[in-house]
Amino acid sequence: MSAGTSVAPSPLARWVILGVVGLLFAVPIVSMLGFTLRGGADGALTIERWTAILDPENARAYRNLFQGVGNSLLLAVVTVAIVLAVLVPTMLLVAIRYPRLRRVVEFVCIVPITIPAIVLVVGLAPVYSVVTRLAGSSVWTLAFAYGVTVLPYAYRAIQSNLSAVDVVTLSEAARSLGAPWVSVLFRVLLPNLRRGILAAAFITVAVVLGEFTIASLLNRVNLQTALVQVSRSDPYTAVIFSLLALAFAFTLLLVIGRITAARPRRTP
Amino acid sequence: MTATASAAAVHVAGDVGTARSRRRLPAWLGLTPFALYVLLFLAIPTVLAIATGFVDGEGAFTLENLAALGDPVILGTFLDSFWVSAVTAVAGAVLGALVCYALLGLRPDGAVRSVVDSAASVLAQFGGVMLAFAFIATIGLQGVVTVLLADVFGINLFADGVWLYQVPGLLLPYLYFQVPLMVITFMPSLEGLKPQWAEATATLGGNRFVFWTRIAMPILAPSFLGSVLLLFANAFSSYATAAALISQGSQIVPLQIRGALISETVLGRENLAGALALGMVLVMVVLMTAYSLLQSRTERWQR
Repeated sequence: MSAGTSVAPSPLARWVILGVVGLLFAVPIVSMLGFTLRGGADGALTIERWTAILDPENARAYRNLFQGVGNSLLLAVVTVAIVLAVLVPTMLLVAIRYPRLRRVVEFVCIVPITIPAIVLVVGLAPVYSVVTRLAGSSVWTLAFAYGVTVLPYAYRAIQSNLSAVDVVTLSEAARSLGAPWVSVLFRVLLPNLRRGILAAAFITVAVVLGEFTIASLLNRVNLQTALVQVSRSDPYTAVIFSLLALAFAFTLLLVIGRITAARPRRTP
Repeated sequence: MTATASAAAVHVAGDVGTARSRRRLPAWLGLTPFALYVLLFLAIPTVLAIATGFVDGEGAFTLENLAALGDPVILGTFLDSFWVSAVTAVAGAVLGALVCYALLGLRPDGAVRSVVDSAASVLAQFGGVMLAFAFIATIGLQGVVTVLLADVFGINLFADGVWLYQVPGLLLPYLYFQVPLMVITFMPSLEGLKPQWAEATATLGGNRFVFWTRIAMPILAPSFLGSVLLLFANAFSSYATAAALISQGSQIVPLQIRGALISETVLGRENLAGALALGMVLVMVVLMTAYSLLQSRTERWQR
């Protein structure tokens, strides 16, 4: 891509900007690390607070936090399942049979960006009093609400893959060779959409693990609400877990980037 | 030609055959799970959220709650929300655009871009509560930077009071997710600048400065403004960072909704949360409509 050089900045300008902004953005992260390593009054660094997390003696103190982690992981799995089960077949059906509805589905999937979670939660409270009566008050039911909040991200990830694959021709070819719809779906269409579906799943996991608003105001325990609770009595542990969660999400999104960037190179 | 024709014939025949042999469910039924799901967990909550603003404690219709939107206290929080959003949107947009500019010309699948993109996504979409902790650890009362400044330079960050847990304290944490969001949203537009335009400018005797001020900036203006609106909307609707930082009080609108939800009565009114929700949705709809208008102007140049 040498053609881009006429628009691009000089290397000096580039690295000065990236360096300064990068440094500024590193300050809070480095501070978090420094904060958790802070020792006694003499200012020595210690990793005691990190090892204390794994100490079985503290298991009781951190029970709530570990429950939050567990709940968030469960929610991530259920939300991915809901989003994939509801969104993928709909998008495929629309792409194959109802191309005119594409705009409608796109609009519906983008709407959650316009409706802040804090607004949604006002209306979710009465909905969840019904859900609780029907399905109990266990934490996994939150996944229904989370599915809505991740719709825009999941839609975009799948759609960018979908528009690069000619699903109509593929499914017609498979059908004309006698394949039933089930095999068309599982052996032709889904394998072609693997990349988009994987990216959608990962971004869903990242968003769910970071969600606080809905869980907090519907009085459920997840990673974020547990972090806030722990931070009141033990800010160091809250910061350690935040660092771990940020690192985890960063890795997850780095992997998404690699998946989506690695376009299959079938050129001659 | 004949092969496709016969294949199509087989296809049609097969369809008819199965339709005759057993009653096939119509294909549109496949759309119902999505429709039901969106109805139950998006449409109904949204309508309920707004509708409760029109209902009083006994369930009768009232405009009383809406009148609360004109209350000086409520107006004050909306104003505070506006200025926090405006300041962080403009500052975040300028800084983010600079970063985008610096990233131009780097390979999109290279290591630097991968790391910046992932870091931007994490901070823009995932931060929430954890960004609040990051800033408490940095410039909180016992924060690393606070202590460092006091010990080494003798500067007291909080000489004028502890502003981190007030509205001004939101500015830095908000910038910490606004700049990354700008990088994500503005990068495609900047990448849409065609090198040929720069070459054409050069051929006609213009230098880099002329290219940026006379060509690139007018082309990028709608997209830049659109991104500012998106950042404004993002800050305006953000709740988690503020909630984790400010545990008491209702300094901005989302926190006021929290107060209304938890204590049921704010300013002696019930169902105020609904009215506040309506106010927020109105602001968001205006912002997002303007955003999509600007976006369609932008796309003209991205063909």
